[in-house]
Amino acid sequence: MSAGTAKLNVTVAEVKPINDLVTRFKFVRTGGGDLPTFSGGAHTVVEMQDGDITRLNAYSLMSNPADRGAYTISVRRDDEGRGGSKFMHSQVKEGMEMVISNPVNLFSLDLRAKKHLMLAGGIGITPFMAQMHQLTMMGGQFELHYSVRNASLGTYAEELKAKYPGKVHIYHDDQDEAIDLNTLIATQPLGTHVYVCGPKGMINWVHGTAEDMGWPREAVHSEEFLAPASGKPFEVKLAVSGKVIQVGEHQSLLEAIEAAGVDAPYLCRGGACGQCETNVVGYDGKFLHYDHWLDDEQKAGGKHIMPCVSRFEGKTLVLDR
Amino acid sequence: MSKTVFPPSINSRPVYGELEARPGSGHLMIADAEGAEAILDLAKATDKDFWAKAHVIYIPKNTGTKYSSQLEKLGAGQYYAGPSYEAAQSRIRRALQDCHMGTQVYLTGTESLMGQAMAEATAAGIPHTAIQTEHRGSTARRMQCVHCKGITEDVTTDPFECSHCGLSLFVRDHYSRRLAAFQGVRVDAEDPGNIPKKVELFK
Repeated sequence: MSAGTAKLNVTVAEVKPINDLVTRFKFVRTGGGDLPTFSGGAHTVVEMQDGDITRLNAYSLMSNPADRGAYTISVRRDDEGRGGSKFMHSQVKEGMEMVISNPVNLFSLDLRAKKHLMLAGGIGITPFMAQMHQLTMMGGQFELHYSVRNASLGTYAEELKAKYPGKVHIYHDDQDEAIDLNTLIATQPLGTHVYVCGPKGMINWVHGTAEDMGWPREAVHSEEFLAPASGKPFEVKLAVSGKVIQVGEHQSLLEAIEAAGVDAPYLCRGGACGQCETNVVGYDGKFLHYDHWLDDEQKAGGKHIMPCVSRFEGKTLVLDR
Repeated sequence: MSKTVFPPSINSRPVYGELEARPGSGHLMIADAEGAEAILDLAKATDKDFWAKAHVIYIPKNTGTKYSSQLEKLGAGQYYAGPSYEAAQSRIRRALQDCHMGTQVYLTGTESLMGQAMAEATAAGIPHTAIQTEHRGSTARRMQCVHCKGITEDVTTDPFECSHCGLSLFVRDHYSRRLAAFQGVRVDAEDPGNIPKKVELFK
């Protein structure tokens, strides 16, 4: 079995539309019993049987980490996406049995921090909901700044304002409200850590501003799951298993390896964790690296690829798998 | 006296770098004795705006006014010179309490000063990897006796006598970040009375 992919059999206990784009799903253990504990910021990989295709998408757990009775996730429907979120919205019903992975945390709180400054954009709110539960139990200090498109798409905004009075600040794009990042970053007491989860532009904005203002790299945390990019189909030879596989236009390399029955390691499936790093035996062509894991030198070196999000264009690619 | 080069050692032994001016909302500089030279070197590549946001805390030790007169002229927003680390400690704590994320901390001079100020800065919430250090001047060590837990400052020989319990202690590279001290272990524990001759290892 691949590292970190221990599975949990769960039953969908509740499907609740939150607004036009977001639906919340609640999972309990099939046959009863406790689920494993997790820490705020963790995600689970949900397996979806969509006809012949197995889709695996990572979603942040948003429920109270101390509640082992159920996990909840919120899924934002992406009509332009590859179909995972659409499947969740259209096919998943209460009472359905599903398989999800054990929780994995790549966005955990640094508990040495004296204060946690949380910056969320859109559906990026979900990991913070679990973290705020956790910090409330521990008596930790936090402040949430949450940017939403408009009030009706402000997922959980009102609920959070009521639950954590004075700690939650909401910004509506349609009312020209924006997080005053420069002031926020400039005025934090020593020992503050900042966390950002949202669109790529927001993550880069926070990293860039904090760096310009002299913040230590170690005090800035972010999480962005990439969806695997589509691209031209290509052929790959797997040297260890002796197979030749085809990667389809809307399929990731990792998915194609799995579809061929080869057990490959993975955790986040979003280019962040490094678990699926694969050695390249030989190639003639061009790599399309989309991950956050390999450094620029490795990306240029042609010896490694992250099959969860990255692709290849060219004649031949041989992987050590 | 320029930057000190130490021989390679175990992982526990702190390593020091070279100070460079970094962007930040404030600059807290803590130095003793020859550490002033590192600050004066750094000052060659800075402008007035940098110093307006700086707070320099300096302990001249036995250098008299050799450096303090030059440091004073840098135009730091706040400049303090004091007789000892202990005397400066409450000021260091207060300075750390008042500053915000983005403040850069620069430590230079003896290992004793850098270690103690490092412990204060990390306790205040700055990751230790984000604190700049540069060793200048004496290599004398701040030692903790692992037996009586007493601290002996400015140790220059190996072995040395613990200033609290009197045991002869072997000077290790094993370092405690929490205590800002190297560990001294009884040198004749296995064979009481067999104490090797003192060697002056640190100056």
